[in-house]
Amino acid sequence: MAAMKAYVYVSLKRSVLDPQGKTIYSALKKMGYKGLEEVRQGKYFDITLDGGISRAEAETEIARIAREVLTNPVMEDFHYRLED
Amino acid sequence: MKFGVIIFPGSNCDHDVYWTIQNVIKQPVTWLWHESHDLENCDVIIIPGGFAFGDYLRTGAIAKFSPVMESVRKFAESGGLLLGICNGFQILCESGLLPGALMRNVGLKYVCKPVQVRVESTDTPFTNACQEGQVLTIPIGHMEGSYFCDESTLEELIRNQRVVFRYAEPDGRITPEANPNGSLDNIAGICSPGRNVLGMMPHPERATEPELGGTDGSKIFESLVSAMAEK
Repeated sequence: MAAMKAYVYVSLKRSVLDPQGKTIYSALKKMGYKGLEEVRQGKYFDITLDGGISRAEAETEIARIAREVLTNPVMEDFHYRLED
Repeated sequence: MKFGVIIFPGSNCDHDVYWTIQNVIKQPVTWLWHESHDLENCDVIIIPGGFAFGDYLRTGAIAKFSPVMESVRKFAESGGLLLGICNGFQILCESGLLPGALMRNVGLKYVCKPVQVRVESTDTPFTNACQEGQVLTIPIGHMEGSYFCDESTLEELIRNQRVVFRYAEPDGRITPEANPNGSLDNIAGICSPGRNVLGMMPHPERATEPELGGTDGSKIFESLVSAMAEK
């Protein structure tokens, strides 16, 4: 079986202040970039699976990893996608 | 009475805490390695400051999975006295032993300086030697110290006097200017519903001898000693 890939994106909840995103936003504005409304900073995980589990299992496993380890539910949300 | 100081890879205030217990409050103290489940019959467990596991992923996010934390959870649930300082506070929040989270400082800078905190509750084993409203000068040193929780959690913390310390002016007023990191409601330390678990960002062990510039931090350790003596 070919190795599957999982991509997990972690972002701060909308209700949480993101001082890094704010700083990046004001810097971009200062540099003259146009059309910007807001910047939120997040994290991105690029995971390679070893091919030993099915797509359905991978789905479950990646969701668990994202929920139990990669994010802190107090302040972060996540989404992910799998690629064959 | 025996104190245990947990060491994770990356803990760096472990020796300061150990020194304080051994040489300032003069109580038996032992190291507890994070890979062991054995708390060696300690009466008080302290999770010291530092950068456990390099703060990788999030502060405390990897440390919470160390074997010692399973024992610490049971210890806390059965009423054991547990103190998390700075990175220790972050680990306790990540573990769910205390609510909320500690986020990147609003100013995006590592802040290392003495600050004033007001004692909001003396009804804890960590603050019984203080006066209500007393202002203590204790150093902070952190990048992720901005306390955050949802509204209902905050209400719960306030209603049950679980906010133990707030960043304050030297005269005790709680102002935005006294807040060094953007913490919600100027929160510098909170305790568990059973009041036996305390997490605080300031480092009491860094203010325990005149040579360090102050001794206000000793109150926390003295409180623990008298709490244990009463037991």
